Parts: sequence; structure tokens; C-alpha cells
Amino acid sequence: MTNDSSPNEQQLEAAFQARIDAEEKIEPKDWMPERYRKNLIRQISQHAHSEVIGMQPEGNWITRAPTLHRKAVLLAKVQDECGHGLYLYSATETLGITREELIEALHSGAAKYASIFNYPSLTWADIGAIGWLVDGAAIVNQVSLQRTSYGPYARGMVRICKEESFHQRQGYHIMMTLMQGSDEQRAMAQDAVNRFWWPSLMMFGPHDAESAHSAQSMTWKIKRQSNDELRQKFVDQSVEQAEVIGLTLPDPDLKWNEERGHYDFGEIDWDEFNRVISGSGPCNRQRIAHHVAAHEDGAWVREAIAAHEAKKQQRASKAA
Amino acid sequence: MTTDLTRATADYAVRLGDDALILGHRLSEWCSNGPFLEEDLALTNVALDYIGRARMFLGYGAQLIGGDCTEDTLAYQRDCREFTNLLINELPRGDFAFTMARQYLLDEHALLFLEALQGSSDAELAAIATKAIKETRYHLRRSREWMLRLGDGTEESRRRLQQALEDIWGYLPELFAMDELERELLAAGIAVDREALEAPWRRAVSATFAETDVTLPADGWRVDGGRTGYHTEHLGHLLSELQFVQRAYPGCQW
Repeated sequence: MTNDSSPNEQQLEAAFQARIDAEEKIEPKDWMPERYRKNLIRQISQHAHSEVIGMQPEGNWITRAPTLHRKAVLLAKVQDECGHGLYLYSATETLGITREELIEALHSGAAKYASIFNYPSLTWADIGAIGWLVDGAAIVNQVSLQRTSYGPYARGMVRICKEESFHQRQGYHIMMTLMQGSDEQRAMAQDAVNRFWWPSLMMFGPHDAESAHSAQSMTWKIKRQSNDELRQKFVDQSVEQAEVIGLTLPDPDLKWNEERGHYDFGEIDWDEFNRVISGSGPCNRQRIAHHVAAHEDGAWVREAIAAHEAKKQQRASKAA
Repeated sequence: MTTDLTRATADYAVRLGDDALILGHRLSEWCSNGPFLEEDLALTNVALDYIGRARMFLGYGAQLIGGDCTEDTLAYQRDCREFTNLLINELPRGDFAFTMARQYLLDEHALLFLEALQGSSDAELAAIATKAIKETRYHLRRSREWMLRLGDGTEESRRRLQQALEDIWGYLPELFAMDELERELLAAGIAVDREALEAPWRRAVSATFAETDVTLPADGWRVDGGRTGYHTEHLGHLLSELQFVQRAYPGCQW
């Protein structure tokens, strides 16, 4: 019998950490501490669920996109998100958990998804703001995760980052076009930024000191940069992008700090952050109910596939 | 081309564009509603192909119409009576069996139609057909496989598929109907002879369903009207959604 304190386990763990420290990638069949595996399942599945739930606020505008070009681009983008969800579910499955279990955890609330998708997409400008800010924040995080220690996750991130930068550009282009348009269009764009700016900053999670999983994740190199570092990077890049097209970020404390070489910014409303995470965001219940309903509506289709496959095998073995 | 023939070709391109746009819209409604994630991906992918096809046909129609007509003025600024898509394309998406049965029946038709359109004397229409047919071959492989799965799977899947076929059947004759415009363009070597597609279509469809436990409905009821703008009540609701932004904020760039 072994447990965490047995010399054997300790040696394995030391060897494991040495590989991490040497920047080697951990692969599915390699030995890994159970806590590393659990932590990865939590993080990658949360990421996968975010891609999937994110299809709802964006899909909300596919049928109403204002030009055929915008419609085609949005469809392509949502299709990419769906593909990202698929690779990430596959990466999670390499850790010994099934898709069905992952979906069950999403439905029961045991698994989380990015809290930003609990905000509604109310106007066309929200599609611009989501692409520009939400995908922009996601990219900052994902670029960093390209160097994460788990091989399948790191490789998934490389692929995902390529597509995400196109997503951010399309979002920014929507905002730019609105800002060059009528007074109503500019107001629509500004309103979207007012609503999405702070929730985008919340996407990076709590301050480093308060982040439950951060320290261990950094040692294992699951995470490569801290929440606050990544958030700062996002703020710095967004301020300039907003200025170029004439949008105002809704933070009176936002100003350049010469000494730090970064923008200072105001404090996030952590009450709102906690409220939304714990279920009281504008759309939490709607998002899960939608996913549950689609899954339940599709049950007979999944059963039909299974029955068809079984019958095919039966016929094949009879014929043989 | 004579002015009359140009105008007729424009109308033809627009009706083919309307077919693609309206079916693409219905398919896009599946986004985040599929029975599993792979199917969400596939359905949005097919939707995107149809929106792309709509842009090619409507763009060409707009070019022939001239003036300030564009793919977007055609898609966003016409009302129900001016849309000329076939009725089958505008029917609500229904359940997965309905969507896939419609798709399969249309894919078999599209394959034959596009093969013929590749021979059009209108180089632009022929080029669009050549691009679209590659997508259609893939769509058909998928939708045909779904007929076999659902038609063989469980009692429920067979019942749902059978019901879908019953509900769709009377909208199919419109796929093979020629009107004056298409006859004139057929004589000019531009349009496809739809009547000629019916026999090979029936052979293909019968062969597929012969591998399943569902039976093809008997011919009987039929509803026509799409080409003359005499639509089902569903189209107006679809358009009110499709056109909402441009109607609420007219004259803007997006």
C-alpha cells in the first residue's frame, strides 16, 4: 500500500517536479501526482465549458447579424469556439474522465465556466465588445498557457491562440466601424464597453494573494503568470486600442504610471465578482438551463446512434 | 445578353440566393442547440456554407441589377412578398429529425441541381455551382448517414424521422417545378431543367430509405408559392429577426 508520505511517492513526486523545472512537458501516460491531475481536470474543463457556454451569448446574434459578411464571420467564429471546446474536452479526457462526466459536472454546478458569459449580449455592439475585450482577455491568458506543463493542453493552446487573434480583430473591427458611424452607433459601442470592461478584468480571477489555486499551479507550471500580471498586461494593451477608436474605458482611476511603466486602474468590484460566480449573475440560470435543455433534447439522437452502431455490429457478426 | 435576359438572370440568381440564405438561417438556429458538440460544429459549418452561397448568388444578382443594389440590400431590405425562396427552406427547424430529413432531401436535390448548373452558359453561375458542389458532396455524405442512423436506430428515432418525412413531403414538388422565368432561361442555356432532376432524385432517395425501416410517404398534398412570394407565415418572423438591426437603424454601415 502506498500513500502520499511513502518514500516511493515522494521520489516520484520529486522526479516529477524536476521534469517540470526542466521545462519538460508532462504527457497523458506519464506518472503525475493525483492533485496535479485533479487541478488540470478542473482548469481545462472549466476552459472547455467556457468555450461551449460562450457560444450562447454570441450565437444569440448570429440570426440578427447586420450584414451577411458579419453573419458569416460570426458563424465562423462561433464554430471555432465550438472546435476549441472539442479539443479541450479531448485534452481533459486524456486525464481519465469522460465527456459525459464533464457535462454532468457542468450541469450540477460542480464545474465552472468563465463568469463573463453570465452577462447578456443585448445589442450588436456587444458582439464587438465580446470579440475585442473578452477574446482579448482570453488571448492574454492563453498565450501564457501555451507554455503550460501539460503537453496536450499546451498544444491545444497553440492552436487556439491562432484562431483567437482573428476573433479579437473581428471584434475590434466591429467596434471601429460603429465608432465611425452614426451617433446611435457610437452610443451603442460605448454602452457595450461600459458593460463589458469590468467583467473582462474579472476574467483574470482574484488578486494573486486571494487566488485559491494559484501558488500550487505556478509551482507545477500549469499557470505561468499570475492573475494580476496578466490583468495588467490586458489593461495596458486595451487602453491604447480604446483611444485609437475614440472609446472611453469606464474607469476614472485609469492613468499612466511613469514609474511602474504600466497603467494604474481602479479596484474591481469584488462583491459583483463573487455574486456572479456564486450564481447571481444576470444569466447564470439561463445559460445552464439552455445547455441542459439542448442536452436533454438530444438524448434520443445519441441513443439512436448507439442503437444503430450496435445493430450494425450485430449484423456484421451474423454475416461473418 | 439582352436587357430582358439580364434581368431574368438577376431574378434567377436572387431566388437561388434566397434559397441559400433562408436555409442557412434555419441551420444557424441550431448553434448551441445540437444534440452533442460535434453536431453543433457540423450544423454551424453547413449553415456557414449556405450563407457563403447566399452571398455569391445575391452578390451576382445585385451586380446584374446594378445601381446601389448589394447583397445586403437584397437580404435586409426586402419584405416577405419579395423573397422568392422555396417554401421548404423556410419551415421552422423542428426537431433534429426534421432538420436532417429536410437537409438530406435538399442535399440530394442540390447535388443534381448544381451538377446541371455547372453547365450553365452563364459563366458566373457555373463558377458558383462548381464551388458549391464540393460543399454539397460533404453535406450529403453527412445527411445521408443521419438518415441511416435515425431510420435504423431506435423506435423513437424512426418515429420522428417518419413524422418529419410526412410533414415535409408536400413541399417537395416545388423543387421540381419550372415557371416561366426558368423556362425562358433554360431555353437560353442559363437555367437548370428542374423537371429532369425528379427521376434521379427519386431513385437516390428511395435507395437511401430502402436501407432503413421508414417508408416514403405517398404523393398527395402539395403546397407551392415560394417563387411568387406566397410564403408560409413563418417567413415574416424569420425576416423580422434577420433584418432587425438594419430596420431599427436604417442607412448605417456595420
